[in-house]
Amino acid sequence: MEWVNAAVQGILLGGLYALLATGLSLVFGVMRLVNLAHGDLGILAAFFALVILEATRANALLSLAIVVPFMMLVGYVLQRGVLNRTLEGGVLPPLLATFGLAVVIQNGLLTVFTADSQGLDAGAIETASLRLTDQLAIGWLPVLTLTVAIVVLGGLQLLLDRTQLGRVLRATADDAPAARLMGINDRHIFAVAMAISLGTVAIGGVFLGIRTTFGPFDGPARLIFAFEAVIIGGLGSLWGTLVGGIVLGVAQTVGNQIDPAYQILAGHLVFLAILVIRPTGLFPRAVSRAA
Amino acid sequence: MSAGPGAGVVGTATARPSTAFRVERGTLASRLTAIVGLVLLAILAAVPAWGTSGMMKLLVEFLTLLAMAQMWNLLAGFAGLVSIGQQAFVGVGAYGIFVFLNLVHTDIVVALAGTAIVGLGVAAVTSLFAFRLRDGYFAVGTWVIAEVIRILILLSPALGAGTGVTIRPPAGLSAGGRLDITYWLALVVGFGSIAVVALIMRSRLGLALRAIRDGEMSAASVGVNVQRTKRIVFLVAAVGCAVAGAVYYLQLLRIQPNAAFGVDWTARMIFIVVIGGLGRIEGPIVGAIVYFTLREVLADYGAAYLAALGLVAIAVVVIAPRGLWGVVESRLPALFAVQRRLVVTEPPATSSIDSRKEPGPT
Repeated sequence: MEWVNAAVQGILLGGLYALLATGLSLVFGVMRLVNLAHGDLGILAAFFALVILEATRANALLSLAIVVPFMMLVGYVLQRGVLNRTLEGGVLPPLLATFGLAVVIQNGLLTVFTADSQGLDAGAIETASLRLTDQLAIGWLPVLTLTVAIVVLGGLQLLLDRTQLGRVLRATADDAPAARLMGINDRHIFAVAMAISLGTVAIGGVFLGIRTTFGPFDGPARLIFAFEAVIIGGLGSLWGTLVGGIVLGVAQTVGNQIDPAYQILAGHLVFLAILVIRPTGLFPRAVSRAA
Repeated sequence: MSAGPGAGVVGTATARPSTAFRVERGTLASRLTAIVGLVLLAILAAVPAWGTSGMMKLLVEFLTLLAMAQMWNLLAGFAGLVSIGQQAFVGVGAYGIFVFLNLVHTDIVVALAGTAIVGLGVAAVTSLFAFRLRDGYFAVGTWVIAEVIRILILLSPALGAGTGVTIRPPAGLSAGGRLDITYWLALVVGFGSIAVVALIMRSRLGLALRAIRDGEMSAASVGVNVQRTKRIVFLVAAVGCAVAGAVYYLQLLRIQPNAAFGVDWTARMIFIVVIGGLGRIEGPIVGAIVYFTLREVLADYGAAYLAALGLVAIAVVVIAPRGLWGVVESRLPALFAVQRRLVVTEPPATSSIDSRKEPGPT
C-alpha cells in the first residue's frame, strides 16, 4: 500500500513539474530558445508572492492575481529588451545570456532576501487531505496543483489551436522569416511567448512556494526537473510535458520510498534511461522539424 | 568558403605543387607570441624562488581556471558544444587525485595520469547520453549527468559521502615542497592548455572544427565526420578539466562534494570565455585576467559582485558578442598561428590569396 501511496503522490507531484516545465517547452517551440534562467524566474515569482503576502497578509493563492500578470510583463520586457537581440547569432548567445540572467537573479535574491529558506502561507489547504483508506491520503493542495496544471495546459492548447494569436504563434514557430513576410511582427510574438512562459512558471513558482520551502539558489534544480519533464514527454508536445512531469514525479517518490537519499537520483536515472531508449521522448511531435 | 576562384590555382598546384603556392601558418606576430610566451613561462617557473605562498596559491588558481576556460572555449567556441556540466570533470579530477594519492598510494605524476584516464572514461560514458541531445538540451543534459555523479559521491562512504575528504600529500613532502610542485604542475596545465588548443586548431581536427562551425551540413558533405569530431573535442575538454581540477585540489587539499561538483565551476569558465572572447585562443587569456582582477578588487561585495558579473556577461553577449578580444582583434595581428594562408609564388604574383581573416561564426 505504501508503494501505491508513493505512486499517487508522484502523479500529483507531476502536476507541479508540468507547471514549471510548460513555459520552457513553449519558448523552445516558438523561438528555439532554451531559457537557462527558467527555474530562477519561477523562484523569483515565489519571492515576489512572498513580498505581497508580507504587505497584505493575504492568502498565497490570491497573490497569483498580481504575480502572474507581473511576471508576464517581466517576460515581455525581457524578451523585447534583451533576449531578442541574442537570437540572431545562433544557439550560443541566448544560452549565455539566460545563464548570466540566472546568476543575476540568484545573487540579486540573495542580496535582498538573504539565504534563509522561505515559505508561502496558503492557509488550511496546505495540510487538508482526503483520506481514502488508512494508509492512503491525498492532500488537497497537490490535487489542486495537478488540476491547475491540466487547466493551464488545456488552456494553452486551446489558445494555440483555436485562436488568431495561436495561429500566429504556430506560424512563427514553424518559420519566423516566412511569418515576417506575411506581416507578422515576430519580435512581438516572441515576447508574447515569453510572457506566457513566465506566466505559467509564476503559477508553478507560487505552488512550489506553498508546497515546500525555497531559497535564492533553488532555481537550477527546478530548471533541471522542468527540463527532464520536457525531454521525457517529448519536445514540443504540451500534453507530453504533463506525462513527462508525472513520470518524473513518480520516479522521485518511488525512489524516495526505497530510500530518501535516492529521491532525486531516481528521477535523473529514469530520465537518462528514457534518453537512451527513446531519445525523442514518449510523445514526440509527429513531424520532426529542421532546426 | 567558395571553391570557384581557387579551383584554377589548385589545379596548377596539382601539376607543379612545389612552385605554384605554399601554405603558411606562422606569422611575425605568432613567432613573437611564442617567444614572449616562453620568456613568461621561464619567469613564472622561477616564482617559487622568490614569491610568497599567497601569490603562488593565487597563480595556481589562475592557471587551473585558465586551463578550464580554454577547454570550455574549445567546446563552445570551436565545436559549438555548450556544456553546463564541466564541473563533473573538475569533481572527478578532485576525487581522482585523492583516490590515487591516498587509496592507491601512487606518486603525484602517476596520480595525475590516472586521474586523466578516469576523466576520459567518465567523459566517454557521459557522451553516450549527452550526444543524444542538441544545443540547449545538450547543455542541461551534461548538467544532469554532473548532478548524478555528485549524488553518487554523496552516497559513497568510501569517498567521504556528504562531508568530503582531505587529500594527504605523499609522505616526506614538506608543505613548501608540495606548493612548489603544485605550482609547477599548474604552470604546465595552464600553458599546456593553450598549447593543446593551438595545436588542435592547427591540425586536421581543427580544420574540421572550422568547417563545422561554418555549417554542419556543408562540413558533413565534404567528408567531415561531425559527430566524431565533436566527441573527440568533448573527451579532450573533459580530460583537461579533470587534470586542472586535480591540480587545483592538490593545492586546496580539502574536497567538499557540493563545491567540487558545483555548477559555479562552469559559470566561471563561461564568464571568462564570454567576457574574453568566444572562439579565440586569446579570449580565455584576456577573460581570466579580467575575471581575477575584478574578483580581487571587488571581493568584498560578495553576492552583489556576482550579480554584477552576470549583468556584464549579458551586456557582452548583447553588445559585443565576440568579447573583449573581439573588440580589439581587428586592430591587432593574430597571436596564434592556427589559420592556413595560401601564398602563391608563381605569376600572377600579385594575386596572393590571403585568408588570414576568416569570417566570424554565423
